[in-house]
Amino acid sequence: MNYRSSFFILTCIGFGFAFLYIPILSMVVFSFNASKLVTVWDGAHSPTLKWYYALLNNEEILDAAWISLKVAVINASGAVILGTLAGFGLARFSQFRGRFTLNAMTTAPLVMPEVITGLSLLLLFVALEQLIGWPAGRGITTMTIGHMTFSMAYVTVIVNSRLASFDTALEEAAMDLGARPFKIFFVITLPIIFPAILSGWLLAFTLSWDDLVISSFTSGPGSSTLPMVVFSKVRLGVSPEINVLATLTLTVVTAMIVGVSLWMARRARLDQGA
Amino acid sequence: MALPYLWLLLFFVVPFVIVLKISFSDIDLAIPPYKPLLEWVGKHSLAIKLNFDNYAFLFTDALYLHAFANSIKVAFLSTLMCLVIGYPMAYGIARAKPAARNVLLLLVILPFWTSLLLRVYAWIGLLKANGVINNVLLSLGIIHEPLTMLYTPFAMYVGIVYSYLPFLILPLYANLEKMDWQLLEAAEDLGCRPWQAFYKITLPLSRNGILAGSMLVFIPAVGEFVIPALLGGPNALMIGRVLWDEFFSNRAWPVAGAVAILLLILLVPFMMWYQSVQARETAGAR
Repeated sequence: MNYRSSFFILTCIGFGFAFLYIPILSMVVFSFNASKLVTVWDGAHSPTLKWYYALLNNEEILDAAWISLKVAVINASGAVILGTLAGFGLARFSQFRGRFTLNAMTTAPLVMPEVITGLSLLLLFVALEQLIGWPAGRGITTMTIGHMTFSMAYVTVIVNSRLASFDTALEEAAMDLGARPFKIFFVITLPIIFPAILSGWLLAFTLSWDDLVISSFTSGPGSSTLPMVVFSKVRLGVSPEINVLATLTLTVVTAMIVGVSLWMARRARLDQGA
Repeated sequence: MALPYLWLLLFFVVPFVIVLKISFSDIDLAIPPYKPLLEWVGKHSLAIKLNFDNYAFLFTDALYLHAFANSIKVAFLSTLMCLVIGYPMAYGIARAKPAARNVLLLLVILPFWTSLLLRVYAWIGLLKANGVINNVLLSLGIIHEPLTMLYTPFAMYVGIVYSYLPFLILPLYANLEKMDWQLLEAAEDLGCRPWQAFYKITLPLSRNGILAGSMLVFIPAVGEFVIPALLGGPNALMIGRVLWDEFFSNRAWPVAGAVAILLLILLVPFMMWYQSVQARETAGAR
């Protein structure tokens, strides 16, 4: 196989990545800008860290970030459990009643416009409250349920595709040697699909951390998440603190993605060596 | 398996039934702002009252039909633009050396993990009157007055294409990566020009990747709310935004429900199409 690429393709890739990265990098650069006008560079006083201090002293943003963090962690953990079970069921059992429905129900949330999911979840919570008195009002619990419902679909897809490319001979060998299905799952299957579960957890965390629409529908008074606060600020125009927030987000995400992919590459090498 | 099944049934399927129910209710000035469908009439008879006014309203007021039509147009054109930008990128990544491929793939995934809201926000800074693009063009002397770009349809298209591009590149790459490139060499050996070989071999073989990626852009883009709200300006009529305003600003929950049901009816065929394409892709991979 040869790896030649034409000049045309290389140009397209160059422009494509410039398109993807110029907006992101512009936020990073202007987060160090002293001017309150954000996009007008104040050469005399820049670069400066003053907006970083401002962000770290902004109670509203810090409170919202704390709520987002709580929701995202509970959501990711719950979504991983539900999504792994669903992915396992879909990959391992080709025939069972409700397979078609389960498959449809885990594909649909991936493409469903968020306004529809958000509205329908809210109406469910309102109806349930009228009917059985739970959930009493809306807040962190209802938001977390909403987030789990759509993020478990992503975990299902990741786990399902990992299991599809996995050698069942290992599980069969363990079974022949007398291991019980429960033990096989925890000793053999789980360690092998662990990278998929980790990716699923991180993705579920990110989806929840970023979500604006479903949170807006399912949150209650006093439980504004970070994206909700950012959205209300951004609607009024640009703000230097948001650039700082974007830079910090980008730094964490980059560190996380690079770290995880290096770890996975190492793991893959070790697996091949063994 | 029963657990995720019941979860999705309760929190994904049942809610749609409730939306359907509420879309047939009367608007009420109460909390919650709608009237019950079932009512006891006298002692022993239960009356169901279906109110079709909300739907009739959507079809009589030109605003809603216009918003539906415009959403489809915007989503369709954005999908096309994503394909034009994303196909060569996915193709180039799939044909790069394995080491470079992983780095390039990582670079596509990275923005996808960074907050959508913040990436849309970045475009406000680039496009506004005293924003980065205008400042650069002015200082180069290419323009003499700032261009109006923010709060226009142009800004909305840029935002949608930008945000959804990774969703198109990733499935397309996954498809192209499995391609047998020797087919192309064979075609060229037999005298096919590169463009001809692309058109006759690569394009048909990557059909499922194109469809899956396009659907991942098109379906959510039809109902998109954040991007039109932030970049599109007050005249950007998108149905997701109409639904949001009916619900939050007008507190017309039954009307919002009717909008959601119509949007769902419109999108379900595409979702089923997507699912069958996905099923074919995974079947082909095994």
